[in-house]
Amino acid sequence: MRTNPHFSQKTREMGHPKSSDGQSMRTVYTWSAILVIVFASVVGDVLLSHAMKQVGDVGELRRRAGLLHVVVRTLSNPNFFFAVASMAAAFFSLLFALSWGDVSLVAPAAASLTFIANAFAAKVFLHEKVDRRRWIAASLVAAGVALLAG
Amino acid sequence: MNFRKYLVLAGVTVFAVAGDSMLSHGMKQVGTISIHHLQSVFSAVANPWVALGILFLLAFFATYTTALSWADLTYVMPATALGYVLLALVARFVLHEQISLLRWLGIVLITSGVGFVAGGPALTEHPLGEAGKIAEGSRADKSPLLAKDARNGAPQVE
Repeated sequence: MRTNPHFSQKTREMGHPKSSDGQSMRTVYTWSAILVIVFASVVGDVLLSHAMKQVGDVGELRRRAGLLHVVVRTLSNPNFFFAVASMAAAFFSLLFALSWGDVSLVAPAAASLTFIANAFAAKVFLHEKVDRRRWIAASLVAAGVALLAG
Repeated sequence: MNFRKYLVLAGVTVFAVAGDSMLSHGMKQVGTISIHHLQSVFSAVANPWVALGILFLLAFFATYTTALSWADLTYVMPATALGYVLLALVARFVLHEQISLLRWLGIVLITSGVGFVAGGPALTEHPLGEAGKIAEGSRADKSPLLAKDARNGAPQVE
């Protein structure tokens, strides 16, 4: 799941009074939320990718057997179900994090880390051929996302 | 990769941007959610912008799912990042916001990252399918070279 660095800084301005105690607790909350977002996103992406490889080329399947068949076949895949659950977890962690934290930190941090972690996970769990080209791409994109929100 | 598939990838980008923007707008109206009232995150869905945003994110999810059925995760991922570039360009040329030098640099980085991936094969070919992967793994225990050759020799689909 993607996070949007343009979720504006306004939420930060609405923030709570600055007691240093509350501040450090919020930092802990925020980074915990970021880690939860990244973990849930990666699990979701990997499971979804795996599920869809099991389902097969959706376009071809639809031409052969109809849209209903595609939908039923996708929805009845257990990995798809777990992927959606994981992405929902990531989505709600994002909502929490956005309302607590330094938003200009949460969105780019979560997005960048997810790109890198996804490349690792795709190599290890999906046996994708993550060659130098894709590593460079993942790093460029992660750096770019961090810059865009900075 | 044919025209229709690139269209699906474009859908991934555009729907994500539309969904995120609406969700962002809605959440700003909803305001800060207190740690002590976490359940109020569910009532945020009542905001029309949040609801519309979720609708677009569902469309994003449909196209994303479709793309993953014929392309690698590491191929589709950078396409989703193009959305950030699209957002920045909309901010610059539609909303006439100032874009800092750092942000332009970010745009260049993401775009070149996407270019890198798009130039390569979309899908890793596992020559023998699911069973082949396991077989390849066990062969790799005995002869890493053999497994490596099998991977390198795999036909690649554009």
